[in-house]
Amino acid sequence: MIELSGVNRIFNVGGQEVGALRELDLTLADSEYVSIMGPSGSGKSTLLNMIGLLDRPSSGTYRLDGRDVTTLDDEQQARVRREKIGFVFQSFHLVPRLTAATNIELPMILAGISPEERKARVDALLNSYGLSDRADHRPDQLSGGQRQRVAIARATIMRPSVLLADEPTGNLDRATGREVMALLEQLVGQGVTLVLVTHDAEIGGRAARQLHMVDGRIVSDTRQAAV
Amino acid sequence: MKLSDVIRFAGGSLQGTRSRTLLMILAMSIGVAAVVILTALGEGARRYVTGQFSSLGTNLIIVFPGRSETAGSSPGMLLGQTPRDLRLEDATALLRSSHIRRIAPVAVGSTQASQNARNREVVVVGSTADFMTIRHMELSQGQFLPALDPREASPVCVLGATIKQELFGNEQAVGAWLRLGDRRFRVIGVLDKQGESMGFNTDELVIIPVASAHMLFNTQALLRVLIEAKSREQIEPARKEAEEILIKQHNGERDVTVVTQDAVLATFDRVLRALTLAVAGIAAISLSVAGVLIMNVMLIAVAQRTQEIGLLKALGAPPHEIRRIFFAEAALLSLIGSVVGLLLGEAGSMVIRQLYPVLPAYAPWWSVGAACATALGTGILFSVWPARRAAKLDPVMALSRR
Repeated sequence: MIELSGVNRIFNVGGQEVGALRELDLTLADSEYVSIMGPSGSGKSTLLNMIGLLDRPSSGTYRLDGRDVTTLDDEQQARVRREKIGFVFQSFHLVPRLTAATNIELPMILAGISPEERKARVDALLNSYGLSDRADHRPDQLSGGQRQRVAIARATIMRPSVLLADEPTGNLDRATGREVMALLEQLVGQGVTLVLVTHDAEIGGRAARQLHMVDGRIVSDTRQAAV
Repeated sequence: MKLSDVIRFAGGSLQGTRSRTLLMILAMSIGVAAVVILTALGEGARRYVTGQFSSLGTNLIIVFPGRSETAGSSPGMLLGQTPRDLRLEDATALLRSSHIRRIAPVAVGSTQASQNARNREVVVVGSTADFMTIRHMELSQGQFLPALDPREASPVCVLGATIKQELFGNEQAVGAWLRLGDRRFRVIGVLDKQGESMGFNTDELVIIPVASAHMLFNTQALLRVLIEAKSREQIEPARKEAEEILIKQHNGERDVTVVTQDAVLATFDRVLRALTLAVAGIAAISLSVAGVLIMNVMLIAVAQRTQEIGLLKALGAPPHEIRRIFFAEAALLSLIGSVVGLLLGEAGSMVIRQLYPVLPAYAPWWSVGAACATALGTGILFSVWPARRAAKLDPVMALSRR
């Protein structure tokens, strides 16, 4: 459950105040599939970062699963991110020197989970994502689709309740992009809230709920039956 | 994050930038090796000097004529008198002290020594039987001076190893006659080869009874009196008593100097120890330079790995974990650097010992410990700033950087 109310995010650009988010109210239920669309600079990435606790609102409150998370300090926010939120990025952000398996393992390493459990969970996930034969490959030895699947595996290994994807298909061709979307949508079926930021109307149009943003405001909020 | 994972992660990122890591380790290890080698040299010099001193004898007190102090002027100086000579009676009087085990008067002069056609200038030492014991000398042939009354002359002599070789070659020396100046002496013993100690080469001496030396050089004066105290604890009381006895002998005039070998030794020890410390300090500067280098490299690493840091934050790494990762990298660099440096330093000391066998160039444990501690300390200290910088990075900015 994500509840944003009266959220403002103001950046100071060259002495001038620019509102990336303005008086934004948004409630997302558990296991919802939402896409956020809009032109560049409309504030959709800022909103995503806000939900992912990478950014703090200048004013307003953000409640995650009923808890006010805006007042938490950096250490506590990091813990919430680790346990409840998964990120998928346009440019994958895999650590180049680590193998696919270790990249997926990384959140569990940070969480201090024992090596035995880590290995079991990574193996299971690699298997279900069809990456078992790529486990010991480094990112530069993987195709774009494989890299994004590794990144999704990394985002889900901690079993987060919220998955935030910023243009996940932006660096992929259409066919691979569709495969990646299918994988993400499969996760929604398992109870994850998926928030997707995209330029692409076709990708965005697949979501059950679609938000359009302009100038830091949500200008339309439409729902449709699952595709 | 588990400690083992922190170390593995840090090790992994060090391996990622291999040449930079190797250069850092090189800088660190040169610093550590410099401390180890330089202190090994200093310590070696100190041990060499103290070793030289103790080869002179143990619990040794040395008396020589004249005051070494220059405070004020004595009436004697105004009248143009030289200090009174040290005489044989003064030496024997010293035996009255209960703290003194034995004494050896020393008179020195040089004269021509000749045997058959061979002759050379030699240094002649006049002393008594106890001289050998006090100075820790060994005989290779024959015997030392007989235990006579010091006032009794006797035409016998003991040769240093070199003198024996030069005057007699491989012939039998003991029992032969040797001419010293205008007198003849019978060789009764030959000293073992001892080499130089404190610039006094016993291999090039001829030793005769002190009374004979006085006759040979036509003098009553002694150059030194060597005193051996009964134990280490009695050195100081023996010194005081010796001074009192000699003042009494000289009608209340304080015109001799009595020094203990310990005092001289302690001074040398202090000077050389200070020197070792100073040298170690200079080497430590190179270590802290290595620390600054580590800081530099860590700052570059933070700049280059901005995206990775942003990612770690997005994955839920709290600031203190980010700091730990960078600390661990610095600590690993310094640790490997210190170990390599220690090995280099020990190898260097070994080479020095091979080249100069007389110098016991072993680095003292404190310098080894201090070098490693300084390396680790500076490495970690200088990583505080970069690590904090990394932990403070704004994740949104860090991730969006291309």
